[in-house]
Amino acid sequence: MRGKLSGAVGRLATIRLLAQRFAFLSLVAAAFLLMILGKADILLVERTRVLIVDGLAPILDVMARPAGAISEVVEHVRDLANLRAENARLKSDNLRLQHWETVARRLQNENAVLHEQLNFVPDPDPAFITARVIGDLDSALGQTMLLNAGGRDGVRKGQAVLSGESLVGYIVDVGDRSSRLLLLTDINAHLPVMLEATRTRAILSGDNKDRPKLTYVAGNPNIQVGDRVVTSSSGAAFPPGLPIGIVASVADGTTRVEPNVRRTELDYVAVVDFGLGGILPFADKPPPPPPNPRRRGGAEN
Amino acid sequence: MKPSPWVRMDTWLRHFVPFSITLVLLLMTAVPTRFSGFAGITPMLPLMGVYYWAIYRPDLLPPWAAFALGLLYDIVSGTPLGVNAMVLLLVQGVTVTQRRFFLAKTFLVAWWSFALLAGAATGLSWLLVSVISHHALDPAPAMVEYLVTLGLFPLLTWVLARTQMAFLKDV
Repeated sequence: MRGKLSGAVGRLATIRLLAQRFAFLSLVAAAFLLMILGKADILLVERTRVLIVDGLAPILDVMARPAGAISEVVEHVRDLANLRAENARLKSDNLRLQHWETVARRLQNENAVLHEQLNFVPDPDPAFITARVIGDLDSALGQTMLLNAGGRDGVRKGQAVLSGESLVGYIVDVGDRSSRLLLLTDINAHLPVMLEATRTRAILSGDNKDRPKLTYVAGNPNIQVGDRVVTSSSGAAFPPGLPIGIVASVADGTTRVEPNVRRTELDYVAVVDFGLGGILPFADKPPPPPPNPRRRGGAEN
Repeated sequence: MKPSPWVRMDTWLRHFVPFSITLVLLLMTAVPTRFSGFAGITPMLPLMGVYYWAIYRPDLLPPWAAFALGLLYDIVSGTPLGVNAMVLLLVQGVTVTQRRFFLAKTFLVAWWSFALLAGAATGLSWLLVSVISHHALDPAPAMVEYLVTLGLFPLLTWVLARTQMAFLKDV
């Protein structure tokens, strides 16, 4: 009787073990399947992804707040330590900038006169949304950030993201209340740019390092360290002339660009709608965004 | 004697702790830090959670939970779908098969084994992402991330052990 029972228990245990093994292997297979599905750019997968991130956005938002406060304190302490050096630097900067201000005022007047004489059509003022960074997903494997504004605020795929005057990246995923910003340093980021001084065109390609590199440089130009890199009009993605960074190193045919904005400084960013196509083709033409109090100068957030 | 519904609910909630705490670790990796020295380095916190619970309470963080956490990690961090799901699942599976060995050993052994396992996990995720994106990623940041993760292991283990003592001592 007892032998029979233990035999049954033993068999049950074997079956259970087999079932567990089977479950484990199916999960491995499922992971593989997901990699293939994700690669195939299926809309449903994309939508589900965005939906889940959207659901988590409020939690991430809450978690980001105390972290922001702590970094602020650390930043203050660091500022105090550097006060002297900073002051000396600012004084010399100020002298230099005063000279530039005189030059700029003269050029502005001249420019205004010339515009008038030529009946120049000015660029339309772009609409923008100010969004807070709620998730910083920089790692060895990719560099994106989550923003607390989404489709309902008028964010659309492909729109430019600026910090101050500088381009830092563009929107790749849009949920209802959150969106994903692809930084220019990410391995998937490619952007038509030009060197401001020589108008040399190139593609700025990220490779997950702090400094993205210039690829497909047109012609055989003489690139100098310190040259300013700005967006170009190629591809009609962004308006030309948005500053990005300066050339930091030219070595062995690889030119690397130091972005104007370090990503640790990103706290609030502006998502800007220039009315152009953006860098990514729209999956479906978006309807005109509804009038929203956060648009245009919506800096309350 | 059958426990009262309250006791059962309490037990049920406590059994949910390993999953939730690993979920919190996962979300913590997304918090913006803005410390200039640490930009771009995200320690693999969920990996440590999965490793710890696979040794001490494998019943409360089964393979499917590791898979689900990995998938969520992929979704949040924007890595190709399935990469972290695969990595965390394998870490859970390998650790569970070796847990008898770990349970009797000192902390240093656990640390050392974690170093090996996390190294394999970092290598695997680097390889998978490189293959999927058709582009060999720079291995240096992954190495730094790995070292930072190793350095944080004692602290995290202490926190997880305190959590286990607080919530799961007798359930």
